[in-house]
Amino acid sequence: MPEILVFATLNGLVTGLLLFMLASGLTVIFSMMGVLNFAHASFYMLGAYFAYSISLYFGYWTGLIVAPLIVGVLGALVERYGLRRVHQHGHVAELVFTFGLAFLIEEAVQFFWGADTKNYQTPDLLDFPLFTLFGQEFSAYRGFMLAISLGIFIGLYQVLTRSRVGLIIQAAITHPHMVSNLGHNVPLIFTAVFGVGTALAGLAGVIAGPVLTTFPGMALVLGSIVFVIVVIGGLGSLPGAFLASLLIGLLQSYAIAANVGMQDLLDLLGLEFPRSHPLDDLWTLNLAQIAPILPFLLLVLVLIFRPTGLMGKREQ
Amino acid sequence: MNGVTAIRALAAKSGVWAVYLAVLLLLPQLFDSILAISIFNQMAIAIVFALSYNMLLGQGGMLSFGHAVYFGLGGFLAVHALLMMENEAVYFSIAFIPLIGGLTGLLAGVFVGSFSTRKAGTVFAMISLGIGELVAASSLIFTGFFGGEAGVSGDRTFGPPLFGMDFFSDVDVYYLAAFWVFLSTLFMYLFTQTPAGRMANAVRDNPERAEFIGYSARWVRFISFCASGMFAGVAGGLFALNYEFLTDENLNLVTSGRVLLMAYIGGLGFFIGPIIGAIVLTLMNFLLSNYTELWLLYLGIMFLLTVLFLPRGFAGFIMMHRLAWLRGRLHTLALPYLLTGLPALLFILCVICLLELSHTAEPELHFLGLTLAQDSVLVWTGLLLFATLGWYLTKKSAPGLRRAWEAANEPEADAAQEQFS
Repeated sequence: MPEILVFATLNGLVTGLLLFMLASGLTVIFSMMGVLNFAHASFYMLGAYFAYSISLYFGYWTGLIVAPLIVGVLGALVERYGLRRVHQHGHVAELVFTFGLAFLIEEAVQFFWGADTKNYQTPDLLDFPLFTLFGQEFSAYRGFMLAISLGIFIGLYQVLTRSRVGLIIQAAITHPHMVSNLGHNVPLIFTAVFGVGTALAGLAGVIAGPVLTTFPGMALVLGSIVFVIVVIGGLGSLPGAFLASLLIGLLQSYAIAANVGMQDLLDLLGLEFPRSHPLDDLWTLNLAQIAPILPFLLLVLVLIFRPTGLMGKREQ
Repeated sequence: MNGVTAIRALAAKSGVWAVYLAVLLLLPQLFDSILAISIFNQMAIAIVFALSYNMLLGQGGMLSFGHAVYFGLGGFLAVHALLMMENEAVYFSIAFIPLIGGLTGLLAGVFVGSFSTRKAGTVFAMISLGIGELVAASSLIFTGFFGGEAGVSGDRTFGPPLFGMDFFSDVDVYYLAAFWVFLSTLFMYLFTQTPAGRMANAVRDNPERAEFIGYSARWVRFISFCASGMFAGVAGGLFALNYEFLTDENLNLVTSGRVLLMAYIGGLGFFIGPIIGAIVLTLMNFLLSNYTELWLLYLGIMFLLTVLFLPRGFAGFIMMHRLAWLRGRLHTLALPYLLTGLPALLFILCVICLLELSHTAEPELHFLGLTLAQDSVLVWTGLLLFATLGWYLTKKSAPGLRRAWEAANEPEADAAQEQFS
């Protein structure tokens, strides 16, 4: 039992911190521009694919640096020539635009790279077990993922709270007009933040690509979960996004690891139901099966009972 | 506005409705191939589904990412009704199957709407996304009802024949679908004329003001939401009748996204918009997917361009010319349109050639009667040159089109003033 718990916790942390790299960009973009970027996970996918192509020629480490930069530039271009144009038509048009963008990026990825799964490998340097616990190995690459995501979180937090740029960004979130009146170029800040946010998503893609497999559906797999995190954490709240990422990561990890189901509950209550009943599926459910739907259940519950999310201040 | 005026408004447009009915009835006479009939059936389903979506987003201002839930649930219940008929548990005409779908959609709408319509905007969109993912994921878990990955299939021919139709062939299904499409379109149009429909527009534009004059924005949204769920369920029932088969794809994000595309490309603000979108996208789906693997890429590009440049969709684009037409100046736009449109067309065709050429597995590409060799440098540079030329000419002539457009829409008073001065 303790080994299951330890590994579920470690894996949950890795997933949670990875999710946070996506969620942090999304939530900052949301709080500045008021637009939930549906295509955010698509930039994550682009990061993985760019890094894969670069790693074929220049190795993994070049890809780790260059791919997020390319994705960031692409993101900035999308903001400058796409979102800003749609902005005048209102929030619905913006959401629909990013939705269409996600659709288009998925098709474009299939156009350039094909529909098959890419053999994107972890670098040889990190291809060894970091430590062995209870006879189970924890790979060095997962440790590397953990370190990078933690580094990003601390760095982001420091920049946003301690640096001058961070102060201007924070001010632009709540009072864009005032910041503009003080002589700062607010549209440029928006573009830059969008670029950095998408670059972070790209970085997440680079480090997640080898572990979570690089295929055209990878954006769809993670896309809605990241949305869930941002909403649960409270729209626009960075600490909230951090908490929610860990919560979702651990929740899913524990749910998959725990070997309990409805049958156990029924046994506990001393109940028994006849087999081959139409509701048979319900009685044979176990927690691992419903792990994928837990985040969405949580999302709906949070939106009904606490629309501001865990740490959000305003209701959208 | 009360029921009498609503019916009077309908009577004023009875000509349009008569044409609509006639077209619906005559289509299978004009195009009677099996292929055409199956396209018409797809169109019929898409029209009802897209119209029901427009009820939500276009008229009620609620952006939903989970509209397929009501479509799919309606469809699944309808298939189960077909199965029950097969097992001789019930016996009724399958003409009522869409009604079962509609009732299911309505019930699901009442349940979900009871908590999701409190707010519009982002909260509503997120709840719809959550519900959509929840139901889609559940459909893979509860295999007894949803059939898992394989889906559930039924057989529509066990019911009693209706007017001599035994529903073995698709044509019989088409007439049944046409009946339901006409009925649904009529009722959805009438709904826009009722106080509930009018208030839905008001709540969409300004919920605060609607509350000030004494309406509960939530209640108004709830009514629209339920009605929309019901018609989505009718579409699902029609789908079940046509394909006799449903899978989890019919209630997941893919289907929800497709209906959003249809309604948006067609034009949200107009009643006829989603109908146009449904017809165009079904035709595109059918025509393009036969010729190219890249059609989804083209669809994505088209969708983004629509959002960027035609925020009111195709219907909005057509309606933009109303003023110029009323002023009798539509003909002045013909030449500028041609001057910009032809280079734009050249550009688009060249880009399509380039995309296809870089994707095709064959050494040669046959396009518009041309044979383009994949390994020829001349072809590539030629295409690139023509594409650049098209782009340059489009850019260059666009201001002229804008000026002509502004001149055509200028109020009469200004024109009169110019004469005096």
